[in-house]
Amino acid sequence: MRKIAIYGKGGIGKSTTTQNTVAGLAEMGRKVMVVGCDPKADSTRLLLGGLNQKTVLDTLRLEGEDVELDDIRKIGFAESICVESGGPEPGVGCAGRGIITSINLLEQLGAYADSYALDYVFYDVLGDVVCGGFAMPIREGKAKEIYIVVSGEMMAMYAANNICKGIVKFAEAGGVRLGGLICNSRKVDFEADMIVAFAEMLGTQMIHFVPRDNMVQRAEINRKTVIEFDPAHSQAEEYRTLAKKIEGNEMLVIPKPMGTDVLEKLLIKHGLAG
Amino acid sequence: MAAIDDRSAAPEIESIDPNAVKKELLSKYPTKVARKRAKQIIINKVGDDCAAPEIGANSRAIPGIITQRGCSYAGCKGVVLGPTRDFVNLTHGPIGCGFYSWLTRRNQTRPPTLEDPNFMPYCFSTDLQDEDIVFGGEKKLRAAIQEAYDIFRPKAISVFSTCPVGLIGDDVHSVAKEMKEKLGINVFGFSCEGYKGVSQSAGHHIANNGIFKHVVGLDDTQKEGKYKINLLGEYNIGGDGFEIDRVLEKCGITTVSTFSGNSTYDQFANAHTADLNTIMCHRSINYVAEMMEKKFGIPWIKVNFTGAGSAAKSLRKIAKYFDDPELIATVEKVIAEEMVEVEKVQAEVRQRCEGKLAMLFVGGSRAHHYQDLFAEMGMKTISAGYEFAHRDDYEGRRVLPDIKVDADSRNIEELHIDPDPDRYRPRKSAEQIEELAAKGFSFKDYEGMMPDMSDGTLVIDDISQYETERMLEIYKPAIFCAGIKEKYAVQKKGIPMKQLHSYDSGGPYAGFKGAVNFYREIDRMVNCKVWSFLKAPWQTNPELAATYACE
Repeated sequence: MRKIAIYGKGGIGKSTTTQNTVAGLAEMGRKVMVVGCDPKADSTRLLLGGLNQKTVLDTLRLEGEDVELDDIRKIGFAESICVESGGPEPGVGCAGRGIITSINLLEQLGAYADSYALDYVFYDVLGDVVCGGFAMPIREGKAKEIYIVVSGEMMAMYAANNICKGIVKFAEAGGVRLGGLICNSRKVDFEADMIVAFAEMLGTQMIHFVPRDNMVQRAEINRKTVIEFDPAHSQAEEYRTLAKKIEGNEMLVIPKPMGTDVLEKLLIKHGLAG
Repeated sequence: MAAIDDRSAAPEIESIDPNAVKKELLSKYPTKVARKRAKQIIINKVGDDCAAPEIGANSRAIPGIITQRGCSYAGCKGVVLGPTRDFVNLTHGPIGCGFYSWLTRRNQTRPPTLEDPNFMPYCFSTDLQDEDIVFGGEKKLRAAIQEAYDIFRPKAISVFSTCPVGLIGDDVHSVAKEMKEKLGINVFGFSCEGYKGVSQSAGHHIANNGIFKHVVGLDDTQKEGKYKINLLGEYNIGGDGFEIDRVLEKCGITTVSTFSGNSTYDQFANAHTADLNTIMCHRSINYVAEMMEKKFGIPWIKVNFTGAGSAAKSLRKIAKYFDDPELIATVEKVIAEEMVEVEKVQAEVRQRCEGKLAMLFVGGSRAHHYQDLFAEMGMKTISAGYEFAHRDDYEGRRVLPDIKVDADSRNIEELHIDPDPDRYRPRKSAEQIEELAAKGFSFKDYEGMMPDMSDGTLVIDDISQYETERMLEIYKPAIFCAGIKEKYAVQKKGIPMKQLHSYDSGGPYAGFKGAVNFYREIDRMVNCKVWSFLKAPWQTNPELAATYACE
């Protein structure tokens, strides 16, 4: 079983990319579980055809200790297993603690047991690694492989660099590795070149360049992944490619995050300064 | 930890060089730590005009050092407001914080009748669970306040924030405000999360601010009495407050409120009607005295009822303030009466205790006050220090202008107080104050611990476990006073240990009867033979000598 965590700046398209990739893998016949680690609980919406998932934390709250795996798992597109960690409404409580609690509960309930013969577990983690709770998926024994969704926008790269700093910390203790950057294009000038160069400086790769296409929005409004909504569309093929690249990826590294000045120089070099 | 072999062979105190001791204590530390600790380990030398050397205090404890200190929550809930019997003190947090701050200081209380409310035997907590941390604890807090109200119908409910509450950002103050409006009783919260400040001292300040802001001045009823005072910073441990009340009553002095031993909500609300504030524990409560002076015009003086001599001195000081020959005469009569028994027991215990050494590392005033009791027994305090005091408690209030306010202290709210438009009434005119001052009477003055200690004694702030052990080995004192955390390590060294937070199971030790209790207790402890049996006979003398029975 490969355990993969997807990180990246807020709004970069983590959930969309994750679900489309999962759809690609599931379509290939792989057994995949997605664990949404965002209090908004919207990481499995496209796989499930809507926001109707009862979250782990809500269930825990309603049922007390008496929680069954089937209470918190739903089957989505192509037999993918969907779990939402859930969390508090904005402005109260501690979402980070929520993720810790729900991942522990999943483990205790045996969600990762061999009997389920999972090929992949994907953790879709909220925004930046703001506190210990959001680093939970990459602690020891959890995800071993991280992909960072990034674009050519400066703040997205800045966030990716920060996430790499977090990975270094956990890589030394727990063995987590960076599998690559997924460029979710924003149509920034020279975007692919810049991300390739950025990846190289981090000691990793740009595993795939996902072009920008309005088909993604259309599929989303229909609560579906592109692969399900329009299987023959070229964008669906992009996600299938990404899924295959991840499946075949053997380049797992401890990244070498850079200083802000170095990052800015890189942006200037690749023409952002105009 | 090995017991000290032969305690009877305590070293000649004159042969110990305190400079060498300090050097020895610091020698184990890394340079940076040693540099910091050096400022907190001071060889006392009282100069002209009672000036003491500067000591480092109220600074962060060093990670890795076993400190005696507690937390802000402990200071706010456990120390200052825990002893109040008739409002519900609700701990908002996981259950341990509430449980371990529940009556552990042995604060006593005495409701006038069995029908009067006394919630001190109860421990109130929201018992936060994992899911409350995740989803926020405000709902549970609201429900807990409602439940406490429904069951107990208290006059007030106060909410104490623990660490996780601060981390997840529960707004206890808005919940308190909302429930105050809903229930029609006083509900108020304290942001006394454990991690605030460098010690429990921060919690004292937060408690003072809260009680002043939300309660003091709400009830203008005038209590009967000719000489009305508040007793601040007296927590009625082991019944200390009862003994002080007895003595004051005998003198005809009325206590309007005590902060906070044996206290009630109404006493706090009414405290501003007193004519004098007397401060026992300067560290934990001087903020309230300062604020009451500014807002209501009540002057404050420092008193100390620990030690018969100090109690007598304090009574005379109060009488002098009221400047009434009748009161002065009564006070003298009471002192004369009380001192008969005190002097008798003093003379008796002195025969056995004279010259023995004591060490006191406790609190923010106790390490000072209890030296008086030891001195009355003929015992010498060779070393002392506070857990959480500030420089003014060591060196006296004269250093206040020189104290650098650091970021940790700035983190605690400082209330801005103006005179109350209706209730401000200076109890003494400027001329009267001047007149009293001319007679040597000092208002709002605390000389601190160090000027009262002999030259060459060691004053150690926030003593560590390591330093404690070394001090015991070097000086082999007859008794060591601190708290429960230190107790058993000290006893394992074969040295009697008296808790001066909770008094173990004893007390009262304040006032005159308290002094007698203390003399007897310490006499019993320092002259007890049990410590000589810590080693079996064959451990000290392995050779067996015997004769054959048949010979």
